[in-house]
Amino acid sequence: MIKRAFWGLMPPQIEYELLYATPVGPRSILPSKTVTLLLPGKYEQKDKLALYAGDRIQTGQKLRPYEDNDAYVISSVTGTVVAVAPFAGNFGQAFTSITIQVAEKEKIDGAFAAVCSDSVGNAVTDFLACVPGKPPLELLTRSQTPIHTLVICGMDADLMIATNQHIIKTQIDAVARGIKRLKNAYGIEKVIIAVPRDLVSGFGHVGADLIAVDTGYPSANHRMIMYKALKQVVPADKNCEDLGVCFFSAEAVASIGSAFEKGEIPVTKTITLIDKDMKKIMISARIGTPVSDILRACDVSVNERDRIIFGGPMTGTAVFSEDHPIGPDTDAIIVQDKKDVALVSDYPCVNCGECIRICPANIQVNMLVRFLEAGEYQTAADEYDLYSCIECGLCSLVCESKIPIFQYIRLAKYELARKKAAEAIDDE
Amino acid sequence: MNLPGRKQRRQSMMNNKKLIVSHAPFYHNGSRISSASYNILGATLPAVLMGIYIYGVPALGVVALSVSSAMLWELLMNRLMKLPVTIGDGNAALIGMLFAMLVPATLPWWVVITGTFTAIVIGQQIYGGIGGNPFNPVIVALVILMVSWKDIFDFDTVLLNYDFDFATVYPLAALKHFGLSSVDSFTPGALLMGQQTGGLGSTFGLGIILGGIYLIFRGYIRWEISISFLGGVLVTAWLFQLANPAVYAGPVFHLLTGYTLIGAFFLATENSSSPVNFIPMLIYGAGGGIMTVLIRNIGIYVDGVFLAILLMNLINPLLDKIRPNALGKVV
Repeated sequence: MIKRAFWGLMPPQIEYELLYATPVGPRSILPSKTVTLLLPGKYEQKDKLALYAGDRIQTGQKLRPYEDNDAYVISSVTGTVVAVAPFAGNFGQAFTSITIQVAEKEKIDGAFAAVCSDSVGNAVTDFLACVPGKPPLELLTRSQTPIHTLVICGMDADLMIATNQHIIKTQIDAVARGIKRLKNAYGIEKVIIAVPRDLVSGFGHVGADLIAVDTGYPSANHRMIMYKALKQVVPADKNCEDLGVCFFSAEAVASIGSAFEKGEIPVTKTITLIDKDMKKIMISARIGTPVSDILRACDVSVNERDRIIFGGPMTGTAVFSEDHPIGPDTDAIIVQDKKDVALVSDYPCVNCGECIRICPANIQVNMLVRFLEAGEYQTAADEYDLYSCIECGLCSLVCESKIPIFQYIRLAKYELARKKAAEAIDDE
Repeated sequence: MNLPGRKQRRQSMMNNKKLIVSHAPFYHNGSRISSASYNILGATLPAVLMGIYIYGVPALGVVALSVSSAMLWELLMNRLMKLPVTIGDGNAALIGMLFAMLVPATLPWWVVITGTFTAIVIGQQIYGGIGGNPFNPVIVALVILMVSWKDIFDFDTVLLNYDFDFATVYPLAALKHFGLSSVDSFTPGALLMGQQTGGLGSTFGLGIILGGIYLIFRGYIRWEISISFLGGVLVTAWLFQLANPAVYAGPVFHLLTGYTLIGAFFLATENSSSPVNFIPMLIYGAGGGIMTVLIRNIGIYVDGVFLAILLMNLINPLLDKIRPNALGKVV
C-alpha cells in the first residue's frame, strides 16, 4: 500500500488518513465462548494464587490473581474462570492469562458504583487502570516530577487507525466528563487535546486547549507532538513525563468519563479492523475477545502464512495465534494476505541515504545500523543517537536493502535496558 | 485444578493455522537494490549506444565482455566465499557497464577482463561486497590499469585507425601538450553531441546529461553531489581562465571534455563511497570538481576526474561526521 513515489526528488511524505465525515457507529461483536484477560507481570507460583478455575465472576469485577500483589484486571464478561496460566509477550514481557468461560446471563459487579461517589482519585486508580484505551495512570501518581499537562490524543500515532479520531468525534461529551474528573482527581493544571490540523473545529465546550497536529506521519508520535506542537524538545535520555507532560488516548479519557456517568466500568474496546483489501471496519468488542471471533463475525478469512497484526502497520505487533485476545490498547487489527507480507533481507547497507532523508529525528541511521548489526549497542547509544529514535519505523519502510532497522533499534534498547537492570541488581 | 484448562488451551494452539510472525513495520515501499541498478544501467544507454554507433562493433564487444565478465567475477567470488549469489541485484552488471564506458573502444580483451577483475574483486568484493567498498570500484580498476599500462589509455594512439569526420585527437591531451590554440576547433555544440574521442561511453555529453537528470528526478542518485561537482569544475576553470585566458581553457570546455560529465553523474554518486548528509555531499562534490580542474591545469595528468573522486572517497567518512543534531541530543 505504501509505494515508492515514481519521482524521487522530494523526500517522501506519508499522510494520516483523516475521518472527515461523522462515522457510523462501531459494529458490536460479542465473544462466543471464552475471553482471555492478560495481566502484566510474571505468573507466580500456584500457592500464591487467589483466583482459581471454577471461580464465578461478574462483568466489571476486579480480579486480583495474587494475594500479595496489587496488580489487577477487570473482568469484561460474566462467567466462570477456566484457567490461570503464564503467557509470554514480545521482548520477554511476561503476563498472567486468565481465561473465562462466558455465561449466558450478564451480571454487573457493583463494587465500582459503590466507591465512585466517594473519592474520584481512588476510584480511578483502583478500578480504571485497564479500561479501553489503557490510561497510563501510574504516571499520574508517581512521586517524581508531577504531571502538570495532560495531552489527549484525538488521533492515533500509527497510520491507518481511525479509533481515536472516531472516539473524539462520537464521544466528545464523555471525553469532556473524563477531563473534568481527571483534573479534579490529580490536580492537573492544563489539558490539551491534539487533533489533526484539518479537523480542529467543534471542541469549544470541552474545557481544554486545542493543538493542531500535522497530517504527515509521524506527527502524532508523542515526542513529535512535544517537539512540533508544544515546542518542547524531550532530551533523548528522558521521557515526556519527566517534563511533566503525560499522554492519554481519547478513548481512555472517554472511558473514564463514561465510567463515572454510568457507575459501570467500560469493558468494550473500539477497534479499527483492516481486512486484506485494506477496507476499514469499525468494531467494538469486549476486552479479551479472541481475535478469531472478531474475524469470523466480519467474514475475514485467515489462511496459513497470513499475518495478523495488533496495532498499526508501522509499530504494531504480529500475533502468532488466532486465539490471541484483544487488549485494552489494541486500537487496530490488520489482516494481511500472505502475498502482501513484506519480508526483510540480510543484505548489507548500501549507504543510499534514504533512511537519513526520511528520519524525523535526524539520526544517522546508516551509521547506527552498522553498529547495531555488529551488536555494539553501547557505542550506538553513545555516538550515534540510539536514544533519539522516536520509534516510527520509517527507516525500515524505505530501506532499499530491506534491513530490519527498526527491529535492530528496539532490540538494542531492550538489550541495553536489560544490561542496566542487571548492573543495578549487582550494585545492591 | 486448572490443568484441564491448560491442556485444552495447548491443544487448541496445536490445531491453529501457522501465521507469519515478524516485526514492525509491516509494509515496505518496494524500493530494491536491483531496481536502482537497472535504472542506472538504463540511464547509461543513450551514451553507450552513441559510443557503439561511433566506434562500431569493437565498442559493442568491449561493452558485452565487460558486463558479462564483471558478473562472472562476482559469481565466482560468491561461490568462493560460499555466500548467496548476488549477481541478480544488477550491481556487477552496472560496474561492468561503467567500466566499459570509460575505456577506449579498442581495448584488448585481456585488459577488459583484468579490469573487471580489479573492479569487482579488488574494488568491492574483498571489502565485503556491495555497500562495503570505501572507493568507487570502477575508478579503482581504471586507475590501477592506467598506472600499469599507460599506453593503452592514450586515446590518440589506440584510436589511430579510426577515420572520423571530426578531429581524432583527445581534447584534454591536446590541451595539455599543445596549448589552448590546438583545441580551438572543438565547439561546445560538437562536444555535447559526442564529436570528440575519449572513453566509448563518456563522450556523448547530451546523453550523459539526460541520463543523469533522469536518475536525479527518479531519486536514484543524489543531486547535491552531481550539481556541486559540476559547479566545482565550472567555477575553478572559470577562475583559471580569468587569471590567464591565454593558457587555460574555459569552464565549458572542461565541462564537456574528458570524464567530467560521467564523473559527476555516474562515478561520484556511487552510494557506498559518497556521503549522505547535505553539507558533506556539497563539500564532497565541490571538492571533486575543484580537484579535477586543479589536476588538469597544474598537475601532470591529462584528466583529473578519477584521482579527484578517489581523493574525495578517501575523506568521505570524515566528511559525513558533519551532521545535523539528532532530536533531543544531550551534548
